[in-house]
Amino acid sequence: MTAPTSTSPTGTPYGDGGASAATDGRAAPGHTGSRGSRVLGALALGSVALLVMYGLVWSPPDAEMADSVRLMYIHVPAASFLYTGCFITTVASAMWLRRRTPGWDALAGASAEISLLFAAVTLGTGSLWGRPTWGTYWTWDARLTSTALLTALLVGYLALRRLDVDPTARSTRAAVLGLLLVPNVIIVNRSVEWWRSLHQRSTLVKLDPTIEGQMLVALMVGFLAVGLVFTWLLVHRFRVAWLEYQSERLELDVALAERRAEAGQAGEAQGRTPA
Amino acid sequence: MMAMTHAGYIAAGWAGAAALVGAYAAWVLRRGRTLSRQVPPEERRWS
Repeated sequence: MTAPTSTSPTGTPYGDGGASAATDGRAAPGHTGSRGSRVLGALALGSVALLVMYGLVWSPPDAEMADSVRLMYIHVPAASFLYTGCFITTVASAMWLRRRTPGWDALAGASAEISLLFAAVTLGTGSLWGRPTWGTYWTWDARLTSTALLTALLVGYLALRRLDVDPTARSTRAAVLGLLLVPNVIIVNRSVEWWRSLHQRSTLVKLDPTIEGQMLVALMVGFLAVGLVFTWLLVHRFRVAWLEYQSERLELDVALAERRAEAGQAGEAQGRTPA
Repeated sequence: MMAMTHAGYIAAGWAGAAALVGAYAAWVLRRGRTLSRQVPPEERRWS
């Protein structure tokens, strides 16, 4: 590792929110945005606006669930991208254990954090949907309980990543826990088939979905919007995790340089001391 | 326009989800700005 050559990691700012210039002459924005992420963000906002129109205005109420079905347009995509996030964390954890490169560790942590966010949205909207359809906010049903356990696992994973221990050991322990996420997702997903459940079975896994018309379009727009929001969040959170890694590395370099300088001064002082 | 049934649950679900995701997005952007000031530009590969 090389010591920082320009300014202190805790001292003079490296970026000023977009006005500074990099050493190679290019603009160096003091944030995690790029041209690609800005395009992605605009697409995400546009699709969310479309989802609001389809989900709350254009789609008709359901024959049985009436307007409460409008919660499905957030609940189902959020649950799907919770699974996607867990899958990314497990794959990135396996890659970290194999390659030991910081990018995989950063991706695993970023994806787990966004998965926890989507787990909260899934449980929250599901609970609000359950009250008018099942008559209760919560029941110890197989799907609900397994989703709560998956959420607890994500909380544990993120808590493990915040332990104040050696960064490599911390990442390794978290990666081992991260490997358990996909098996848990399989349990959550199959719970409605394996056990008697109040929760409805999957409606979209077959080629012949049991919903149709404007409701199906609204749900597809929901997948598009939530997917774009998920991707935008993942890009930015990954960059933040990368900055956290670099910042930690620079602080360590500075601390090592200071210790070496202190040791050198002590050695010189000893050499000057008369016998 | 017909009145929506279960309007309170729908409003709480949509608004709660938007608030949660919006607050998290704002936190991520703010943290990115703070950390960017501590890391040299050459380490920010996307810039």
